[in-house]
Amino acid sequence: MKYIDEYRQPELAKKLVDRIHRRSRKQIRLMEFCGGHTVSIFKYGIRQLLPDTIEMLSGPGCPVCVTANADLDKAIALAQLPDAIITSFGDMIRVPGSYSSLQIAKAEGNDVRVVYSVLDAIQVARENPDKSVIFVGIGFETTAPTIAAGVLQAEQENLSNFHILSLHKLCPPIMKSILDLGEVRLSGIVCPGHVSAVIGSHPYQFIADDYHISCVVSGFEPLDILLCIDMLVEQIENEDYKVEIAYRRGVKPEGNQQAIKLMESVFEVGDADWRGIGVVPASGLILRESYEKFDAEKNFEINPGPVREPRGCICGSILRGVSTPLDCKLFRQTCTPEHPVGPCMVSSEGSCATYYNYGDGDGG
Amino acid sequence: MCLAIPALVKSIDGFQAEVEIGGISRRVSIQLTPEVQVGEYVLLHTGYSINVIDAEEAEETLKLLREISEAV
Amino acid sequence: MEDKILLAHGSGGKLSHELIQKNFIPALGNPALDRLDDSAVLELERTGRLAFTTDSYVVSPIFFPGGDIGRLAVCGTVNDLSMSGAVPHYLSLSLIIEEGLLVSELEKVVDSVRQAADEAGVKIATGDTKVVNQGDADRLFINTSGVGIIPEGIDISGSNAKPGDRIIVSGTLGDHGIAIMSQREGLSFSTTLKSDCAPLNHLVVDMLDESHLINCLRDPTRGGLATTLNEIAGQSGVGIELEENTIPVRDEVRGACELLGLDPLYIANEGKLIAMVEENAAESILNRMRKNRYGKKAAIIGRVCSEHPGRVVVKTAFGSSRILDMLSGELLPRIC
Repeated sequence: MKYIDEYRQPELAKKLVDRIHRRSRKQIRLMEFCGGHTVSIFKYGIRQLLPDTIEMLSGPGCPVCVTANADLDKAIALAQLPDAIITSFGDMIRVPGSYSSLQIAKAEGNDVRVVYSVLDAIQVARENPDKSVIFVGIGFETTAPTIAAGVLQAEQENLSNFHILSLHKLCPPIMKSILDLGEVRLSGIVCPGHVSAVIGSHPYQFIADDYHISCVVSGFEPLDILLCIDMLVEQIENEDYKVEIAYRRGVKPEGNQQAIKLMESVFEVGDADWRGIGVVPASGLILRESYEKFDAEKNFEINPGPVREPRGCICGSILRGVSTPLDCKLFRQTCTPEHPVGPCMVSSEGSCATYYNYGDGDGG
Repeated sequence: MCLAIPALVKSIDGFQAEVEIGGISRRVSIQLTPEVQVGEYVLLHTGYSINVIDAEEAEETLKLLREISEAV
Repeated sequence: MEDKILLAHGSGGKLSHELIQKNFIPALGNPALDRLDDSAVLELERTGRLAFTTDSYVVSPIFFPGGDIGRLAVCGTVNDLSMSGAVPHYLSLSLIIEEGLLVSELEKVVDSVRQAADEAGVKIATGDTKVVNQGDADRLFINTSGVGIIPEGIDISGSNAKPGDRIIVSGTLGDHGIAIMSQREGLSFSTTLKSDCAPLNHLVVDMLDESHLINCLRDPTRGGLATTLNEIAGQSGVGIELEENTIPVRDEVRGACELLGLDPLYIANEGKLIAMVEENAAESILNRMRKNRYGKKAAIIGRVCSEHPGRVVVKTAFGSSRILDMLSGELLPRIC
């Protein structure tokens, strides 16, 4: 497939790996902030190919994993309303909240449907005028513009039964929060690929300027990631702190202005609740007042009950890069993909699921 | 986060387009990339194209990778 | 208005008999079935051990590109018998019909059963029909049980895999699951991809004719290649190593998987088999498979080893490796 296969050529990868080995002298720590990068790194066994001088950590880049229990409980409570149809991306269905999950709510007879796109949710709203159709909006800046487009579409069609539960979150603010927590000392950051396709590379400039950490925006194929690491190594060895783009075919420094415009016309920045971190100011998206009628939080009375965190689950510290799944007592014992305790095991991009499915990244 | 895959734009109809990925086709929205032309590739995410792939940059990256590979 | 199946069609009275006489016997009739006794009485002219299997089919939609629930119900059970090396002979056919199914749809399904049974060379010896209230079944459920005879000297089992065995897959993976998914609301995409649903018993006969050095046979249905290989690794107490770039996957399946965020190795197949064969017989068995219409794209994809027993490891084209676990939970499309 074009623009995928060319970036999977093993012979080119081998030469790039050799170069990284030759150039990497200092002991460095890199963090990838995007769940998609975590999966790619494990799927292609990238860690095994890198020299011992490079340590890789996974950050809170999985929008499912960072959704707080309190927010998930809201989605489940909405599912339990009579005449409500919950539409959600597949990623969220099995994640356990304080008491239940959307999957369990479905099994109990509530109308919960997996959709591929917000457009499918709009179609459900058109076909069910007597029901309230609520779309669970998760995802970072990659997804938010699509949801914004969906809201505008619903407005155009006067769909009064269509609502969004906005749980969207923003990347640069959470990156800043992780750095400010000071729990991990990073040499470089593998910057998100598709978030950057929307927001561009300028938003990461503060990381280079204020924190002296090298940043390179990466794609998702093995050659993309290796090229990104090679560029990070070059920057770090030269004590250069800047923001570069390795994923040049997908990302422009200024991003996609049209997508940003659409996103900003429908959403405004607000506080967001991040699992494992807590409420981070100005790190999430809420619907603007003019689109209040589509806001599920403002239009339905729900009582999700007090929040409960799963005992023994260390998803929070895993998301901050402080622990790995191997540090968790529940990992592989009581917490498995069939019986997940926390979201990191459920989400296909969660660290725990990735470690479980692909091994610990060292080939075993 | 953000599974987006390269898809070839086969035809455009207003804000909708028919795209192809490895032999399967789908109708998607190009509202976020209204400037895209037939024959170009887009990054497809949940039924929307979120960016147009820059063919020149793609070639440049491959060239760079080949140069690295050829250098001793 | 088109004729519909009514509750009365399942109640054993006149309408039931009419359905049998007008629809089932003409399509499926054979000496065993035609007697319409409470049990089919069968003569088994061959000797050997009896293989016996059962499966229920609840696929939705019931008609899909490349087949329907009728074809699936025959092929699935024929294949299960073949995977133990048995020659399939007779199937039972139980239908649970949701009231309101069109008679024409039922006829289409029964015709598919006939075609598949004819192709496989099996007979439907006995059957049953029940009709339930609307909403109590998703259009049509089918159960088929099957019996076959395993010839003398054949011992094929998931616990027989031995280190050194080569792993052969009979063709491209993921076709069926993706063909079904393309019909699901919300996920639909247009494709020329069809389900690979097919009876594999003749392919197995060819393989056994070529060599008896076949230790395991299994069809990777639900859960895909990954789940099936994990099962065998566990049963046999061996490790499995796959070479990722030798695993045959069609472009359309790869495209759909990239689109939906799925892995082809976990997707259901209904017309493919995996064989673990002794190393020195692998090439000749492979060549023989490629001469059969259902084995044209057969390929050797890995080997059985004694390291990491119970685990399946995939070697990427980059020289790195990763574990391939069983499918857990459902295959859900994802955005991340």
